[in-house]
Amino acid sequence: MRPVLRLLSNELIEKIVSEARDILCNLGVEIHNDGILSMLSDHGAIVDSGKKHVLFTADIIDRALETAPDSVKLYDVMGRQTHDLTDHKVYFTPGSAAINILDSRSGQIRKPSTSDYVEYAKLMSGLDNIASQSTAFIPADVPEKISDSYRLFLSLMYCEKPVVTGAFTIDAFNVMRDLQLAIRGSADALRKKPLTIFSCCPTAPLKWSDVTSQNLVDCARHFIPVEYISMPLSGFMAPVTLVGSLVQHTAETLSGVVLSQLTQPGTPIIYGGSPAAFDMWYETTPMGAVETQMIDCAFNEIGKYLNLPTQAYIALSDAKQLDAQAGLETSMGATLAALSGINSISGPGMLDFESCQSLEKLVVDNEICGMTLRLVRGIEPKEDFPAMPIFEELLREKHLLIASHTRKYLHDEHYFPGAVIDRANSSRWMEEGSLTISDRAKIEIERLLETWEPTGLPDDVLVEMTGLMKKEAAKFGMDSLPHENL
Amino acid sequence: MELLSQISFNLQNGFDETVAALTKEAVEKQIPPDEILNNGLIAGMNAVGEKFKNHEVFLPDVLLAARAMNSAMEVLKPLLIKGGIPIKGKVVIGSVKDDLHDIGKNLVAILLKGAGFEVIDLGNDVPAEKFIRIASEENADVIGMSALLTTTMPVMKEVVDMAKTEGLYGRVRIMVGGAPVSKEYALEIGADAYSYDGANAVETVESFFSKDS
Repeated sequence: MRPVLRLLSNELIEKIVSEARDILCNLGVEIHNDGILSMLSDHGAIVDSGKKHVLFTADIIDRALETAPDSVKLYDVMGRQTHDLTDHKVYFTPGSAAINILDSRSGQIRKPSTSDYVEYAKLMSGLDNIASQSTAFIPADVPEKISDSYRLFLSLMYCEKPVVTGAFTIDAFNVMRDLQLAIRGSADALRKKPLTIFSCCPTAPLKWSDVTSQNLVDCARHFIPVEYISMPLSGFMAPVTLVGSLVQHTAETLSGVVLSQLTQPGTPIIYGGSPAAFDMWYETTPMGAVETQMIDCAFNEIGKYLNLPTQAYIALSDAKQLDAQAGLETSMGATLAALSGINSISGPGMLDFESCQSLEKLVVDNEICGMTLRLVRGIEPKEDFPAMPIFEELLREKHLLIASHTRKYLHDEHYFPGAVIDRANSSRWMEEGSLTISDRAKIEIERLLETWEPTGLPDDVLVEMTGLMKKEAAKFGMDSLPHENL
Repeated sequence: MELLSQISFNLQNGFDETVAALTKEAVEKQIPPDEILNNGLIAGMNAVGEKFKNHEVFLPDVLLAARAMNSAMEVLKPLLIKGGIPIKGKVVIGSVKDDLHDIGKNLVAILLKGAGFEVIDLGNDVPAEKFIRIASEENADVIGMSALLTTTMPVMKEVVDMAKTEGLYGRVRIMVGGAPVSKEYALEIGADAYSYDGANAVETVESFFSKDS
């Protein structure tokens, strides 16, 4: 059976959802976007344009939940299906939008450049347990105004996996959509085979900025999947209790569901989030805190109760290096997330409160993901009953190393980790150079970069994408793109 | 050569019956037995060994190849002996006295056989004098000893010392292994080599012969 972790009873979920709906209808939400306020007003919400404030109605919330699809499928750049975000299926994606990287060669934390991003995208092509890429960090060698579209462009140029991304401005959405249209060929083809998920973040408590709410609406108009990233901070910008934080998360996320579904009924959406327990000593937002992870797993249960696909920022760490803390926080998060059935688990590679990506950590986390994916396949009997014949064979042959039962089920039953996980005996480990996990990760990075192969996109598509990106860059004074000089 | 490549290919895939049949065919076609051995069977085992080292195949794949090797050797061995072609070498192996652990030792024996060595497995709980007696009687090239307990490790030293007094030392190479055993311990007691696992034991025994030649 597939093991499932539950933290909330249905009774408690119903109470949380009911309280969240009351908040939306009685305290309301601030939305700094006149077009959206007007649309909500047309649907019967009570809008105060001057205060940018809206009170939802039970009816529009119900309608939104009715039209929201219960699954989101994703397809890679070549059009092959890679994801079916629904039920308890789980997929991993790297933590996104870091401002720094931990340089695996120098050990320094620094601003990332285009060459780092290209290495990241190539590396992602070879990490089998991380099903999608994300626009994991922000290249600092291009103007900020194109840093969102440029990282999506690089991801699509160097890796076939679908991309979890997001726009930093309203205008950037257009080129980010056009890059996808260049790959799919038409708006209808893109609608049928989504290639990206856009993260759209409300601001705690209970606010939507002009940019994020407009991104959300623009995605809905093109049937581009969005994930809502509500970020209650327990004890600071949200109640200190986990239930109180969940009520806030539910209210903020439901408000997003309403905006998407009223714009375009049936548009694909994902019930996501990045809540955190606020640290009262260090004034930080620990993603590796057990309470953060509990809120993640619990809001996922609420999402499932509402029949929506789910996402959370959970398999990541607040450590600054690839150390034991990085391993333990990421492993605990990944394990809890997978057992809870969070459909899109964001986090691998990420350190330092979602602000630093590490390629070394990414290859290590790929193994955590692999083990976790094995865990949730659970335990099933496979020609194990009656048990006597295999034991008779064992006693007769003295071992089962070449038994047909072994050969048939070895690969199905056991996950074989890559070279970053040390399973040698100590003599062999010493003989092979006493390598640390960081040493082994560095070797694995180089191996994967060497074995990378270009994507299968035809040249004319690559040329069209490059043309689109160059045109966008030219608006901000760049006449060539840094990746052309690598 | 086509036929020998086929032997190598089928051996790498563990198809023992096919390997035995192809070996017979090669013999019938008058291909010299040492050529069949070196360019067909051993070439295939070396390829599997390399893939195993690189984690491209798993232990069962190595053992299946070894089984195929053994099935071909049944055909080839009488011809090799008749032709005066040296068989790869003889290894006497066992877990030392009072040690009933034999999983690691068994694996080493299986892999050595697969690599073309003749293996005389004395089982477990083997006293020092038995290692020496059998090695002497069988004119063995290598003694391989395994221990899992620190309390049984001293038997290894007894064997080394007895080999010295019986005049076998130097002529018969002594290899040791097992969880508590180390390279340092092997050096300390005067053994020729230490191996940390089955595949490494094969490499170690191979190295004895390449050094000899």
